[in-house]
Amino acid sequence: MEGNMNLTLKVWRQKNAKSEGRFETFDVKGISEDMSFLEMFDVLNERLISETKEPIAFDHDCREGICGMCSMYINGHPHGPKQTTTCQLHMRSFKSGDTITVEPWRAAAFPVIKDLAVNRSSFDRIIASGGFVSVNTGNARDANSLPIPKENADLAFMAAACIGCGACVAACKNASAMLFTSAKVSQLSLLPQGQAERQMRAEKMVAQMDAEGFGACTNTGACEAECPKGISIENIARMNREYLSASVSSNKEY
Amino acid sequence: MSWVTKTLSSSLGKKLIMAVTGLSLIAFLLVHCGINACIFFNDGGETFNHAAEFMGTNWLIRTTEIGLFAGLILHILDGLKLWYDNNAKRPVKYAIVAGNNSTWYSRSMGLLGTLLLIFLVIHLRHFWVVSRFTDVITSGQKTLFQEMAEVFANPVPVVIYVLGCISLAYHLLHGFQSAFQTMGWNHPKYTPFIKSVGAGFAILIPLVFAAMPIAMYLQIIK
Ligand code: FES
Repeated sequence: MEGNMNLTLKVWRQKNAKSEGRFETFDVKGISEDMSFLEMFDVLNERLISETKEPIAFDHDCREGICGMCSMYINGHPHGPKQTTTCQLHMRSFKSGDTITVEPWRAAAFPVIKDLAVNRSSFDRIIASGGFVSVNTGNARDANSLPIPKENADLAFMAAACIGCGACVAACKNASAMLFTSAKVSQLSLLPQGQAERQMRAEKMVAQMDAEGFGACTNTGACEAECPKGISIENIARMNREYLSASVSSNKEY
Repeated sequence: MSWVTKTLSSSLGKKLIMAVTGLSLIAFLLVHCGINACIFFNDGGETFNHAAEFMGTNWLIRTTEIGLFAGLILHILDGLKLWYDNNAKRPVKYAIVAGNNSTWYSRSMGLLGTLLLIFLVIHLRHFWVVSRFTDVITSGQKTLFQEMAEVFANPVPVVIYVLGCISLAYHLLHGFQSAFQTMGWNHPKYTPFIKSVGAGFAILIPLVFAAMPIAMYLQIIK
């Protein structure tokens, strides 16, 4: 796939978590506007490899906007100028001659592993602390045996669309994980299956979120504006409700 | 740690303290603005002086005042703590921040709050200290209205007060609706109403406050 876009890339290079990083500038030529942003990086990395230089490390997996791995902070926006994932961002969103600055997600809770790849296992630990439902083994239940109001099913589904990419943390001035955590809390607390662990979930997930070193929420709404899946900050209000009511009413301290 | 301190020291709890103290300060602003707006009767400050005397001597009001100061101090300390903590959550800053994903004032609540604190020190020195800790007013030397007219004859305080009101407007524009979101009150039926009341409050109250020094400086009210 040959094209006629020529770009200047300013990319954050950092050898490992301990070393100091810096920006490195690359000229990339012959980029097609139909390429995705990651494919543009592939072209650059192929060139670096053929020049026996170290290719740029970045995370990616599905490349179809569902896994949430492709974390790049492009020209001041997580996932770049469009409300989509980096893998779904196309080069036609830029003009030939543009200078594009690419940084890793910046947060104390997301330490840089190498170049643009960051460690997001803090999200895994938040999920492990309470983002689950317990299901007993046995025969599968009849479908639709549990009545769920359509509105709740829709809201839960919209919250479940979160792919855990961390763009909310990257966008937030406080590096807060409220949008992510609240989407997970909402998704389960809205459904009958999530009731058993409901109080424990809200309390434990918030405690884990704080322990991981994410910031508090200033309600700026930057997370919602940048989220590639359009997760609403209504979920944050719901988590606030869940947490506060669990704190005052749970029989046990979690 | 008891469950109360655990809850209140979590990130959500710290925000809850901001919301509750903030809303009580909003309630205070409404009363303060209402009393002071009595100067607009333009009766040489008679109605205003009456109202001010009532506020300064009524035991119920004086008791509430202690709560008000406690709330204010808590709002300031908790706000500074949040500001400091949040700043540390991104040790390496971005080279480029687009900044168009949220309003500038929602991201600047700490800064606006600090400006308000500076204004508040000046403001308390002007009127509260004079009426409570000196006998200028109680001895009948001057009325509070005359004290106001004297302060606002000078353009410097007038400019400071107008700037203070602008900071207040932006602080409220975000703070009012943000407090409800923090308390979990985001609801399709009420949120649009809360947002418009908040915006109206954030514009109207500072506007009425700012009109006072301006009107006195221009001698429209005397
Ligand atoms: S690579 Fe999976 S969402 Fe982008």
